[in-house]
Amino acid sequence: MKIVAVCGMGIGTSVLLKMNAEKALRALGKDADVEAADIGTARGAARSAEIVLTSAELAPEIGEVPAKVIVIDNFMDVAEITEKLTPFLS
Amino acid sequence: MTLSDELTQDAISVGAHAEDWRDAVRQAGDLLTATGVATDDYTDEMIATVEKLGPYIVLAPGVALAHSRPSPAVQRAGIGWLQLAEPVEFGHEKNDPVWLVVALAALDHDGHLGLMSSLAAVLGDTDLLASLRDADSPARVLEILTTTGNEGPAS
Repeated sequence: MKIVAVCGMGIGTSVLLKMNAEKALRALGKDADVEAADIGTARGAARSAEIVLTSAELAPEIGEVPAKVIVIDNFMDVAEITEKLTPFLS
Repeated sequence: MTLSDELTQDAISVGAHAEDWRDAVRQAGDLLTATGVATDDYTDEMIATVEKLGPYIVLAPGVALAHSRPSPAVQRAGIGWLQLAEPVEFGHEKNDPVWLVVALAALDHDGHLGLMSSLAAVLGDTDLLASLRDADSPARVLEILTTTGNEGPAS
């Protein structure tokens, strides 16, 4: 399972989102590879991922990808990330 | 490098007044400039990022992480901490208005991960944020950040 956390630049918000997604996965006892990507490389990264995590503003920028795009409102809320990820973790 | 190691009083401003989000990001960028982390060009890039990609930097209720990409305008990894007296609107659908702008500069994509995990521990703690919002001096901000012992990744 590969998950991509996408933000504009790949150094700030997506890094925090990646860290919190990893916390959520640990709490769920799930194993997945989470990487942070900027919007410029997100489409490529999203092609090889099952799930993309991003914000409402950036979701349309990702465009049509086979991955499931999940919008996170509060990047710091591990509970929100957990709740939204759970249905897609087999 | 953790948040309390990295931040100095010169990089913290409390009770600031900003006209709008651009002014808030500029003032947060001025803290990076004042502490030799980045140049004014980087502040312009942080503002341009929001103009181009929208207010996605408002990553949690009341909190914005202003940043741009690593560039020649960045001299070293670091952050500026701007606490606003009156919150400003960034145009974010869910997380407006913003009372805290953290400006982040980095040299590359992963050289600042210690700082980021320390920042994640702080921004993910709503009780801690509430006390930081009430901090009335840069020294008090540092004291709160230091005594919480946000050392390394939170479990």
